[in-house]
Amino acid sequence: MDAKRDDWVRIHNIVLEAGDRAPNIPEDTQNVPLEFWTKGFLLNQEAKIGDKVEIETYIGRKVEGTLIEVNPYYDHDFGKCVPELLYIGRQVRSLIEKDGE
Amino acid sequence: MAKDMSFEAVMGRNSEIMKKAVGIDYNVFESGSIAFDYEKMMRETGYSLQEIERIQKDTGVGNTPIYELRNLTKLARKFAPAGKGAKIFIKDEAANPSGSFKARRAATSCYHAERLGYKGVIAATSGNYGAAVASQAAMRGLKCIIVQECYDSKGIGQPEIIEKARKCEAYGAEVVQLTVGPELFYTFLVLLEETGYFNASLYTPFGIAGVETLGYELSMQFREREGRDPDVVVVTNAGGGNLTGTARGLIKAGATDTEIVGASVSLQGLHMASDTQFNRKSFTTGHTGFGIPFATWPDRSDVPRSAARPLRYMDRYVTVNQGSVFYMTEVLAQLEGLERGPAGNTSLAAAFKLAQELDEDKIIVVQETEYTGAGKHIQPQLTFAKENGIEVIIGDPSEEIPGKNIILPKDPGYIKIEEIDLNRTRRSYIRNCIQNTKMEKVTKEDLEFLVEDTKSNEEFVKKVLDEFGVEY
Repeated sequence: MDAKRDDWVRIHNIVLEAGDRAPNIPEDTQNVPLEFWTKGFLLNQEAKIGDKVEIETYIGRKVEGTLIEVNPYYDHDFGKCVPELLYIGRQVRSLIEKDGE
Repeated sequence: MAKDMSFEAVMGRNSEIMKKAVGIDYNVFESGSIAFDYEKMMRETGYSLQEIERIQKDTGVGNTPIYELRNLTKLARKFAPAGKGAKIFIKDEAANPSGSFKARRAATSCYHAERLGYKGVIAATSGNYGAAVASQAAMRGLKCIIVQECYDSKGIGQPEIIEKARKCEAYGAEVVQLTVGPELFYTFLVLLEETGYFNASLYTPFGIAGVETLGYELSMQFREREGRDPDVVVVTNAGGGNLTGTARGLIKAGATDTEIVGASVSLQGLHMASDTQFNRKSFTTGHTGFGIPFATWPDRSDVPRSAARPLRYMDRYVTVNQGSVFYMTEVLAQLEGLERGPAGNTSLAAAFKLAQELDEDKIIVVQETEYTGAGKHIQPQLTFAKENGIEVIIGDPSEEIPGKNIILPKDPGYIKIEEIDLNRTRRSYIRNCIQNTKMEKVTKEDLEFLVEDTKSNEEFVKKVLDEFGVEY
């Protein structure tokens, strides 16, 4: 078992299948489904990743979906070093220094 | 019997759902033709400036500081003709709770929702507004759901949007994330219907009236410190609410001579609803992908009549490239000690160039900043761009092709603005009014409305109507 009742989990759903998308959108978007994610506390006694489950979201809404993650966390960060940015500070500082003030 | 939850059925219940979720009967402001009574809508459904000041004070919103960007002014003068180079100032809206001017819009929406007895609020936004609503909802004990367009079909999300999701959750909101596509609106309606929560739309009269205090404060702060109103105020423009509210606030303060310039990042050539192009842009707001469609058809928003009508107030509309905004974000940190943005720095990049056109004794104001953080910062955003095959180049920004490369200016002299022909934008707006209402003849009231809504004159509107073969 990957998760038990009250575990904090992330679920996934398909809102619209590829063939059911709005007609006035670009073709590449029409060719893929409209997908949905939310998080909440697991209401099932236990579940495996990929199971259809029910959760209670943080504000108390009950939502069904496919279990995809247990204890989901954020991994966005400050990125890698972008060497292309390194000239900027020195350049503008030297430009105003040359003012002779 | 269970309600029909199919796409068509829910979209068909749009106006019924919205009426319950916004608490406004927009029909009373309609003329039955193109025109509607905008000022009446703002007056009868919004709040007075004094009421809003009080509401915002309750939750610590507004009265943000103004900083004079002395080093940046000095830098602009290095590239300006003799005697040119206006003084550049910035209003540090990042000082609001939740870190952006959006707290002003959210403050009035959440106050209104609480007063009307709604148990919660919902907003459809991938931007700073989500965090603003979640923060204000937390203060007022309201539940909150934020609906975001976040991922492409590979499940890859813009770091900037993911950070905003984190911030919403930090304030106790539920964040519903979706892949690319305008059918987000369907999910939004389903949630409104299911929960009975208030639609804290960005485009209601209370949302826009919430920004009026920004413009009003600007005028008051400048009269106090410089003895006069600013000459030019530059506003980052996306959905038009920031510009509309700020301009209305300036007018209410009596600052009628202040020029209002809209600025957007140019994302020309990228389709906003395209799954494959979604992650090829490095700005998720403040760009032309919102700026142009919302200027030419404001009523595309999530309420029947948008209170954000940028063409009504805009004197000039310019674009800058992505690379110049990233460059200026770095300059703001390095020369002024302010780490902000990047998206909110769109107006800063434009102001840097605009200042060089103005005399040295003029005052130009960048009217907002926004918080920066993990994901929402030049480094992760450029890292993400590179990972998505975008080339980052140091060179001439005028050669930038959105979706292909990002060009950082070789030196500040390479920062340029492109002028958007406002008469063309106005013409598109009038054409959209005609097409969407299918009018063959406009009334006298329509004519007056179109003049006001495009900040033009009767001669101009008549010329456009003639062109489309519409009688008046």
